[in-house]
Amino acid sequence: MSTTDSVLYDHPGPRAKARNAVLTVVFGIGLVLLLWWIYRQFDENGIWDGPLWEPFTESETWTAYVLPGLWSTVKAAAVAMVLSLVFGVVFAVGRLSDHRWLSIPSGIVVEFFRAVPLLLMIFFIFFGIPFLTEQPMPPFWAVVIGLTLYNGSVLAEAFRAGIKAVPRGQSEAAYAIGMRKNQVMREILVPQAARAMLPVIVSQLVVLVKDTALGYIIGYTELIQNGVNTLGANFGNVVPAAIVAAIIYIVLNASLTFFAGFLERRTRRTGRAPRIKASPGTPVPAGAGAVVEPQG
Amino acid sequence: MDVFTDPDNIETYTTGFLWILKLTVAAAIGSGVLGVLLAGMRVSPVPVLRAFGTGWVNVFRNTPLTLIIFFCYFGLYSALGLELADDIDLNNFWLGVVGLSVYTAAFVCEAIRSGINTVPVGQAEAARAIGMSFLQTLRLIVLPQAGRAVIAPLGSILIALCKNSTIVGTIGLMESSTAMKDLINANGDAVIPIFLVFAGTFAVVLIPTGYFFGWLSNRLAVKR
Amino acid sequence: MRFTRMAAIAGAFALALSAAACGGDGDDSGSGSAQGIVGKASSDKKLVFGVKNDQPGLGLQTGTAYTGFDIEIAKIIAKGLGVPESGIEYKTTVSANREPFIQQGQVDVVVATYTINDERKKVVNFGGPYYIAGQDLLVPTASTITGPETLAGKKVCSVTGSTPAKRIQTDYKDAKLQQFDSYSKCVQALADGTVDAVTTDDIILAGYAAQDQYAGKFKVVGKKFSDEPYGIGVKKDDTEGCNKINEILKTAATDGSYKAAWDATLGKSGTAAPELDVTKLTNCS
Repeated sequence: MSTTDSVLYDHPGPRAKARNAVLTVVFGIGLVLLLWWIYRQFDENGIWDGPLWEPFTESETWTAYVLPGLWSTVKAAAVAMVLSLVFGVVFAVGRLSDHRWLSIPSGIVVEFFRAVPLLLMIFFIFFGIPFLTEQPMPPFWAVVIGLTLYNGSVLAEAFRAGIKAVPRGQSEAAYAIGMRKNQVMREILVPQAARAMLPVIVSQLVVLVKDTALGYIIGYTELIQNGVNTLGANFGNVVPAAIVAAIIYIVLNASLTFFAGFLERRTRRTGRAPRIKASPGTPVPAGAGAVVEPQG
Repeated sequence: MDVFTDPDNIETYTTGFLWILKLTVAAAIGSGVLGVLLAGMRVSPVPVLRAFGTGWVNVFRNTPLTLIIFFCYFGLYSALGLELADDIDLNNFWLGVVGLSVYTAAFVCEAIRSGINTVPVGQAEAARAIGMSFLQTLRLIVLPQAGRAVIAPLGSILIALCKNSTIVGTIGLMESSTAMKDLINANGDAVIPIFLVFAGTFAVVLIPTGYFFGWLSNRLAVKR
Repeated sequence: MRFTRMAAIAGAFALALSAAACGGDGDDSGSGSAQGIVGKASSDKKLVFGVKNDQPGLGLQTGTAYTGFDIEIAKIIAKGLGVPESGIEYKTTVSANREPFIQQGQVDVVVATYTINDERKKVVNFGGPYYIAGQDLLVPTASTITGPETLAGKKVCSVTGSTPAKRIQTDYKDAKLQQFDSYSKCVQALADGTVDAVTTDDIILAGYAAQDQYAGKFKVVGKKFSDEPYGIGVKKDDTEGCNKINEILKTAATDGSYKAAWDATLGKSGTAAPELDVTKLTNCS
């Protein structure tokens, strides 16, 4: 709970307490009834039927379908994370360059890849790029490249905002001691921007993990393809399988988000990160965590 | 290439983007309303509401949209019997709107909540001092100020929502990504022009939208 | 050359899009001193088969093992080439990557509901056909649907952009088409009653109908409205391998192993084994 949250209302007195209790009970009962109804309906449709869930009690289901799928998801996400961080830094710096021949193309690239749906991108990379290069494109790389272009562009904007927000005195001081332009960027601005934008970066990486699911369009055997489609073809249980896959994603991403929150608290406490104020016009709002673009 | 001189192909293209437009508009309204409600819940004095808001955000923000849309069809429609329209396409459309809304609302909620955090504590304290209730404080003092601070992030969310509507294609709606696949399927020699036209349409609409929101948030920013 | 490449790519798209039926390929590579499957089989005693992994009764990954009619056919081919069962390696292919897999040598032989057509023949050599499939309908046992003509106003499910889905759109406009990215979702929707029929190759539908969890719930209408001859893909220049496959199929047709393969898999639903018509085998040119 942040400070403002608790400041929005007074410390509850007896009447407020009673009202809150009533609200709690009414809302709580409503919620429980809704969940119960959903449970009953699912039950009537046989979604909880033992035979559909039984596969999940067998280790083979996990070792043969779910875990390999999860591994593909994690692998693609990990490689794309590293590449999009590199892409992000390079294009952020490129866009901030004094040379127009560098900053304008960088800007175009970043804006373009942020505007095109990832689904179209991955599809095009898999089927269109081999047409240009005459080389086959493995599904894995199509997914990784697509993720990198999109998330890298979003990160580039985050880095750019971060670099712009580093207090001017920092770069002035660096120039004053005789550093060159690219030294200033490399040794002064980027490290500070990266630390300040850490929460944003990690949040964007959560988005990246979810986006691996879009690999279905080219048959990349990630968690949903393997753990829902193939598994479902075996046991006729696509719905239970999808529920399991969703839970895995939620646990995976919630831990990443938790990690992001942890980093945010830590950097704030130690105060080593420069304070980034929400100067209007930068694409980074005050609550930096909200800047991530919720692509699928 | 003459792919885009054939009236049938033009129709595929326009149908695809019309669906995207409808999905975006409907889900923007849905997720906007839902997101504000959720944000209100997350800062409310009632613990169960706060827990509900937090739970919502954690569940929907961390699940891939493809799965959420899947559950809209197989959960809401198949299992819960929620038929939103007689027509097969319209039904899928509304299911898609529900999926996009519940997913995007989680992001809207978080954006607004962090917007609320930018409003100086003194504002809320002053409101309470003159005897305003929680809802009054929120409605009259905090949200109007927070609203300005969240324009830029809400803009990004809207843009992402527009792109995300392509995922509704997984339950069979002929939106633009399915339309593109269809055209490419039929015109394998024109892959690149087809992609450029579809991607270009998104870029031409969404890049200025992004700049517009940047400009708007600049104009409306609360100077402190 | 340029034209074929384009045509080939066109095919690759078609493929990718249709999980069931499919398309063409990448490009006319594959020349050089590529060793044919006959040579590889006798020297290594090993072969890699590209198969489907999500089609019950045909090619299904169950745990780490593969089962189905296609798998049995693969075993017959392997046996005929002198490869022991332990020397068979299965690799999952999807419709989209069968041609590239053959051309790059990632697999030696493809047995994966692989319809023979002219587009694909440009880049792959086909043995077979070992089965003539055709588009059909899967409906609940009590359904009144008796064929594609009776689909008016009914909801029919198929895979997004696939050939069967296209055929419904163009030839049976009165049917309402629901599309998903996999057949298992279509079958789930059929089980839930949100669609009235699922359509694709009859043999794939039979595979779903025969699954334990759907036993007695569904039936295949049994009125084919297209012809899909399933072939066995090898490298374009491996004429020797292709001929050998056809020889093996000829033997299998008479010695009962073809019937046994059927009975052990798709035949479980009660359908009698079809006749393997050896006069229709390709000439491997």
